[in-house]
Amino acid sequence: MEPIISFKDFSFQYTAQKQPTLKNIDLEIYPGEKILICGASGSGKSTLGNCINGLIPFSLTGKMEGQCTVDGIETRNSSIFELSTRVGTVLQDPDGQFVGLTVAEDIAFALENDCVEQQRMNEQILEAAKTVSIEQRLKNAPYDLSGGQKQRVSMAGVIVDDVRILLFDEPLANLDPATGKSAIELIDLLKKETDTTVLIIEHRIEDVLWKKVDRIILMDDGRIVADLRPEELLASSLLKDHGIREPLYLTLLKYAGADLKKLRGIDGINELVLDEKTKENVKSWYARANKEEVYNDNDVILKVEDLDFSYQEGDPILHSVSFEVKKGEMMAIVGQNGAGKSTLCKVICGFEKPSKGKVFFEGGDITEDSIRSRASKIGYVMQNPNQMISQAMIFDEVAMGIRNTGLSEEEIREKVYATLKICGLYEFRNWPISALSFGQKKRVTIASILVMGPKIIILDEPTAGQDFAHYTDIMEFLKELNGKGITIIMITHDMHLMLEYTKRSLVFTDGRIVADASGSAVLCDEDLVKKASLKETSLFKIATDCGIADPVDFVDCFIDYDRKEREHGK
Amino acid sequence: MASKVLNYIPKKSFIHSLSGTTKLVIFLSFSFLCGLSFDTRVLLFLLCMSFLGFALSRIKLSEIRLMSTFLVIFIVMNAILLFLFNPEYGPELYGSRTVLFHIAGKYDMTLEQLFYQFNVSLKYVIGFPIAILFISTTNPSEFASSLSSLGVPYRISYSVSLALRYIPDIQQEYHEISQSQEARGVALGKDVKFFERIKNSAKILLPLVLNSLNRIDQISNSMQLRSFGKHKKRTWFMRKKMTAADYGVIGLCVLIFVVGLIITNQGGNNLYNPFMR
Repeated sequence: MEPIISFKDFSFQYTAQKQPTLKNIDLEIYPGEKILICGASGSGKSTLGNCINGLIPFSLTGKMEGQCTVDGIETRNSSIFELSTRVGTVLQDPDGQFVGLTVAEDIAFALENDCVEQQRMNEQILEAAKTVSIEQRLKNAPYDLSGGQKQRVSMAGVIVDDVRILLFDEPLANLDPATGKSAIELIDLLKKETDTTVLIIEHRIEDVLWKKVDRIILMDDGRIVADLRPEELLASSLLKDHGIREPLYLTLLKYAGADLKKLRGIDGINELVLDEKTKENVKSWYARANKEEVYNDNDVILKVEDLDFSYQEGDPILHSVSFEVKKGEMMAIVGQNGAGKSTLCKVICGFEKPSKGKVFFEGGDITEDSIRSRASKIGYVMQNPNQMISQAMIFDEVAMGIRNTGLSEEEIREKVYATLKICGLYEFRNWPISALSFGQKKRVTIASILVMGPKIIILDEPTAGQDFAHYTDIMEFLKELNGKGITIIMITHDMHLMLEYTKRSLVFTDGRIVADASGSAVLCDEDLVKKASLKETSLFKIATDCGIADPVDFVDCFIDYDRKEREHGK
Repeated sequence: MASKVLNYIPKKSFIHSLSGTTKLVIFLSFSFLCGLSFDTRVLLFLLCMSFLGFALSRIKLSEIRLMSTFLVIFIVMNAILLFLFNPEYGPELYGSRTVLFHIAGKYDMTLEQLFYQFNVSLKYVIGFPIAILFISTTNPSEFASSLSSLGVPYRISYSVSLALRYIPDIQQEYHEISQSQEARGVALGKDVKFFERIKNSAKILLPLVLNSLNRIDQISNSMQLRSFGKHKKRTWFMRKKMTAADYGVIGLCVLIFVVGLIITNQGGNNLYNPFMR
């Protein structure tokens, strides 16, 4: 069989870069395959995708060497238009690619550009919409849709063109866990129904492996370091070696000393079959492992009492929300998009006024305090650092929050330097912000909040869109801050974060708190997981399969064990 | 959430059922004629027509209350200022001076000035409803296709409609950025000095612009990947077919425009002058 995509000794260097981003790529992909391309950020995986869909070299220019053919065409002799009728690309952010004002219009976009007549357009739109089950929503505007529905629209918008290859660039990045799971199911369904070749670019392996893939291509530093069947790759240590988080169930099985080469179905938790020997291995590991009991009997630092909020009357976002946070806690707020998590935090910080209820800080009522005066007690770090940064230089950006507060320039400098040291940015103090990486910018925004001396920091999705190394980096930093006595509250979709770095989670559904428990307890409760659009942890399935009576304790033990192992490994 | 001052109000009515192209023709012909003519008879006729259009569109006054209130205040303010600054423009224009009563100092209330200001106000009263009518009965998605049907290249007309599409998103983002900046002492409230406020707005503008550039990058990639710009022409999913009613209305508009201009220019200028015998 002829490959549908083939790279031969292919290299690419962006015009603005000093080094090639792709180096000597040799790769063949055959019709009907489903392939996962993974790698840490900067590994070149997205660049590889852009070479296939034609954005390179037609929109993003650079120096190309070697050969790249897609569906029999040498891409450099083609055009982005010719390629777009063969490769359908679903980009990362469903919001950013919504062109039309309604669902039907957005799906129609490619057809309009191809001068299809209205009558035929309508038929094709309906067909594509039915394939992804969005046909009930054709007349809706984007803001009436959930994140998952928007993604379905993006998918319909590319399959409407009868493409032969579907390319998904980090499809899970902006979705809540349950929606991410159904996105993976949908991709699997699409592949079966449309008989296409599917490429998924993602670094969240465990989530993609929810449905079987045929091959995994692992990239690092612009090269392909592994091109293997999933079970071969997963049994090796390659993922870990190249900065990718391996599925939790695999880490567990490795700790338990199971022989991964002999196990069936290690390429996905749905496929996994544990034999008796492995079950014994897991049980004896559990008998050895133990967890640290942590008690926090500090004073209450933040108390939210019977809070109601609505943007429009009759359409409440928060319903009588009440909870307490103790000093020095590190906790997560989870739940589906639009459940009211961000709104709650905005009310706590005073950005929005509640229609009912009170907020107390260290016992004092701050409900009527201004944004500015609350900022010295509770800091808020937005998800996207680019939304916060307004200065050119790091020093100025961090100093901004304490200027005009009566401090002398000398005192300001002292405070800023002290904060930069805490945040590991001191050596960059005279750098322009534009020279920093995304993760460093995130640190700058945290520093710019920290400098005002808040006792609580609220972070919206602190690890969104970051690979394992950056995730670990930022979370260890937050843990360090927490160790210095700062209370940390995080809004997150990341179930790993919730398990590994928090002792307590507030679960939101439709503006109400439906659970207040440890991450492990939340993720081992199937009803709750479903209700709040979360995703059960694969550890839970292993615990049940092995007949372990207390899966919550089992998960806790694993998290503590894993932490020790990783600290030991360093 | 950002409140919408001007927006499309979907309804079933004769005006809504016309194609966007037709409505653009109505809007352009009426506003040009209204702008060019000072002939009271033509203006009164246009007023009747624009109110008729409104009645046909079934848009209720309550749905456009904000704009209407604004319009009334604007017309009244305008009339007062016009009189204060140039109370003798009417007599000068019409070449006669009929004093009704004396007010104070150099201010006399003349029939000619009243008539002149009546005409000016009439223009606003015609112009605004036509604009509101166009915006509130034309589906924004049809906007680009109607522009392109009048010969505007589709790349340009699509950019216009895309810009309209993103206004609410950018408003939302501005709101979020300004909140987080306020927490760090960038004050934008009413109690802040004007220049301070301008300086502070700049601190919000930088992140907003950078993010919008990112957004543009992304959307243009997404558009190219779906063949935008492939051919010289494109079809429009939302374009309404031209019906007999459309051709009828366009014909009528052209007729009104031509006849209106002829009547206006009858006396050698664009004035209707009841004071000259």
